[in-house]
Amino acid sequence: MKQATPEMPALARRLINGETAALARAISVVERDTPQAIEILRAIRPHLGQAIVVGFTGPPGAGKSTLVNAYVAELRRRGKTVGIVAVDPSSPITGGAVLGDRIRMAEHTLDEGVFIRSLASRGALGGLSASAAQVADLMDAADRDVVILETVGTGQSEVEMATIADVRVVIAAPGLGDDVQAIKAGILEIADVLVVNKADQPLASQTRRQLNAMLGLRATAEHPVPVLSTDAINRVGVADLADAVTVVADRRDRQTDRSALAGRTRHLLAQAVSKAAEAHVMNSRSEKVEDILHAVQDARLGLTDAAKQILGGILGYNANEQ
Amino acid sequence: MTLDTVIPARVLVTKIGLDGHDRGSRIVAAYLRDAGMEVIYTDPWQKLEAVVALALQEDVDVIGISSLATDHLLVPKLMKALDEAGLGHIRVIVGGIVPAEEEADLLKAGVSRVFHPGSGREEIVEAVAKLAVDAADDRTDD
Repeated sequence: MKQATPEMPALARRLINGETAALARAISVVERDTPQAIEILRAIRPHLGQAIVVGFTGPPGAGKSTLVNAYVAELRRRGKTVGIVAVDPSSPITGGAVLGDRIRMAEHTLDEGVFIRSLASRGALGGLSASAAQVADLMDAADRDVVILETVGTGQSEVEMATIADVRVVIAAPGLGDDVQAIKAGILEIADVLVVNKADQPLASQTRRQLNAMLGLRATAEHPVPVLSTDAINRVGVADLADAVTVVADRRDRQTDRSALAGRTRHLLAQAVSKAAEAHVMNSRSEKVEDILHAVQDARLGLTDAAKQILGGILGYNANEQ
Repeated sequence: MTLDTVIPARVLVTKIGLDGHDRGSRIVAAYLRDAGMEVIYTDPWQKLEAVVALALQEDVDVIGISSLATDHLLVPKLMKALDEAGLGHIRVIVGGIVPAEEEADLLKAGVSRVFHPGSGREEIVEAVAKLAVDAADDRTDD
């Protein structure tokens, strides 16, 4: 039984007590990264580590949202409560976004055991938004048994998810052009479970064979990566997927895995630093930054050295000393 | 140096009732997206309870209901349901075919604005942006 302490921010207390509106609101607060956000995140800390965080990634059109929808239905049959973080891209030009992942999850809209939140990537690379890890934490604290992270579909660089999720599911589908093109280096290495969706299509077995061959070539894996077939629309193979996720989750002792948690924090910190540095360079009109900018423009200074000089200026130390 | 980024308005664009003509709602969703807003877009035929659940989970500032075939007559019920769910701060707009006498009823029920055929992009975007700010100001829980 979770007990909320009285000095906690009201929103955190309501969230821990399972109030849906408080979870929704807390996510907005954390997305805005206000002083209140850090208070909420501190208050929920003792309540973390209960949920299994499952990441779903893969190229656009592979069927991520449809498979997540089917997987959620299976989890509900198994009596699990679910939180879903569905990330869609923001326009790099206007910052706007149309968030449509939940169109494919409409059957769960009225189920109180399923909470879906659509996030825009807001310029973050790597398939998630900057606050996705913290949003997953909020859902964990709000007593969701399983938290699902669905990334933006690019299928080639979503290693971000690897640092946040306990179980990484990588989805491929036949007929998206060159099969192997769809899953390149980086994304394959992070997979705990590989899924070939749209298994009813004629080329599916070929895609599966190619994935198995690529896995065979991979240097070493502590645990073999299962390659599953699903037909998400017709709910074929989804129970097997749920079982495979459970197997991976069970061999991770999430709460005691402090080094993984520290690694995740380091990663998030690095991300925040690069974001802050980017804002500094973009907004600064300081003489020093302008000098460095002109030096790069005139090819008197390389980009890496320029970056080190700027970081040195911000942090007040010599960035060459690692 | 500022690290503060502008928080985009979050808008739910949807349709209730039985009419499935979603061209208008798609165009408005694209307008709002191109104005830098985050638009949660759904299929038509949403139940009122679903609109409330969506608005709650997604923590939107504004709901846009597209109505081309009398679905707007359900909107007063939606307003009541939103209020009961503690979402009275959310601003609701209706766009489409709404006869003048029914527009008065909608406004009386709490709808912020009704857009008729011929409404321009700028007019819609400007109104939604302002309503989103009003909604954020009216929140009671933080």
